[in-house]
Amino acid sequence: MRNSLIVSGSPHIHKQESVSRIMWTVVLSTIPAGIAGVIIFGLDALWVTLVAVIAAVLTETVFEIWTKKKITVMDGSAVITGILLAYNLPSNVPLWLPIVGAVFSISIGKQVFGGLGQNIFNPALVGRVFLMASWPKYMTTFVKPLSYDAITSATPLAALKEGKILEHISYLDLFLGKRGGCLGEVCILALLIGAAILLYKGYITWHIPATYILTTAVFVYIFGAKQLFQGDWLFHILSGGLILGAFFMATDYVATPLTVKGQVIFGIGCGLLTGIIRIWGGYPEGVSYAILMMNAATPFIDRYTKNRIYGTR
Amino acid sequence: MKGLIKEFTKGIIKENPTFVLALGLCPTLAVSVSVVNAIGMGVAATFVLLGSSVIISLVKDFIPNKIRIPCFIVIIATFVTVIELCLKAYSPVLNRALGIYVPLIVVNCIVLGRAEAFACKNNFLSALFDGLGMGVGFTLALIFISAIREILGSGQILGHTLIKGFEPVFVFGMPSGALLVIGLLLGLFNLIKNRKA
Repeated sequence: MRNSLIVSGSPHIHKQESVSRIMWTVVLSTIPAGIAGVIIFGLDALWVTLVAVIAAVLTETVFEIWTKKKITVMDGSAVITGILLAYNLPSNVPLWLPIVGAVFSISIGKQVFGGLGQNIFNPALVGRVFLMASWPKYMTTFVKPLSYDAITSATPLAALKEGKILEHISYLDLFLGKRGGCLGEVCILALLIGAAILLYKGYITWHIPATYILTTAVFVYIFGAKQLFQGDWLFHILSGGLILGAFFMATDYVATPLTVKGQVIFGIGCGLLTGIIRIWGGYPEGVSYAILMMNAATPFIDRYTKNRIYGTR
Repeated sequence: MKGLIKEFTKGIIKENPTFVLALGLCPTLAVSVSVVNAIGMGVAATFVLLGSSVIISLVKDFIPNKIRIPCFIVIIATFVTVIELCLKAYSPVLNRALGIYVPLIVVNCIVLGRAEAFACKNNFLSALFDGLGMGVGFTLALIFISAIREILGSGQILGHTLIKGFEPVFVFGMPSGALLVIGLLLGLFNLIKNRKA
């Protein structure tokens, strides 16, 4: 999948890469954002994450015992699904919500299609969208950052959608995560640290995240304000789930295109859809829907962006 | 007599129009929000199936083969008009809840499918039992789906609250929830069928 494919004669050295190694590294790379979430929103964030992970792992185990398949919980993919689902929830949800979400993610989002490698959608986002459609009340009340109690506040994007003027939120606050939002999406700094690990190890390439974020930025710059070319693009990049989505969820191996050309199309499509939903849509945030819609388009993108087989026309 | 009973029962499980033949999914998705709607729709469709199957099996020898489909549609539309006017007169609330889907029974593929595949080739008695069986099968499937959707989507069954404090899963009241429930039930039916085979 990377372009640095080298063809050479034997002998070859076996590299210690495997699905489980990659998955556990991804788990590791999501930890900074989790720590940031706990610092910003208190221990509630930790419980939500733990409950989601445990529920995801248990669901995967039960499902695989039931269908008499190999138990694959140790490869870490269910753990990631649990973590990413939790990162897409507000920290103050009742604890049954991440459980239901994780069970739905793993069973409907992944196992009914045949498990890891077969799912057409990102399981964590399937769970999030299910929860969003079912209990919008819980999914859209957010705790005020660094207050550690039940003071609720709107996300910056929701405030923008309702036409409120955003006061005392600087770009630095947004970058460090001092705002209302889902527990894993707020601290851009921590997310970028995790993304740097993945990029350094070569587990994700820059194509999808870069094209995704750039397209969203350009789109909101053009259409985001009353007049063209005056949108606050930096605000849109730093708020909402764009960074979390672009680096951790739009780069899901299974549900994204295989070729570089396909990945660029995927990223641009995600960016356009996110921008359209944020500016003209009914919801303040559109990252999860954008990624899911492009997941659905992935088989078609793959069909039209096949690499030319060497020696054919 | 045994053959007739077989014509009746095949529509309920072995050739269930919704779960096995996967016909008429559009009204199934649309009206299965509550059990009351499902029963109303099921009874209306059963009436039309029964009437059209019987009439078509009786007049099949007079209809020229080339124009049989328009003739079937006219017969079906007659029965749909009857049931629609009855609904409007006796149960305007249900009529409003079912909306456009009552007139749309005219183009319901179960009705036309049975006319084309069964009623125009069989005698009047078999067609009667076939239509009745298919109608009952359709109604049962609708009730099954709508019961799941109503319990999960609003925490109620036939308007009675089941569990206090249950937070309804809104998604099951929406079309996406209908697709989800039907998809899972289709899978379940196939699973049971494969286990048997």
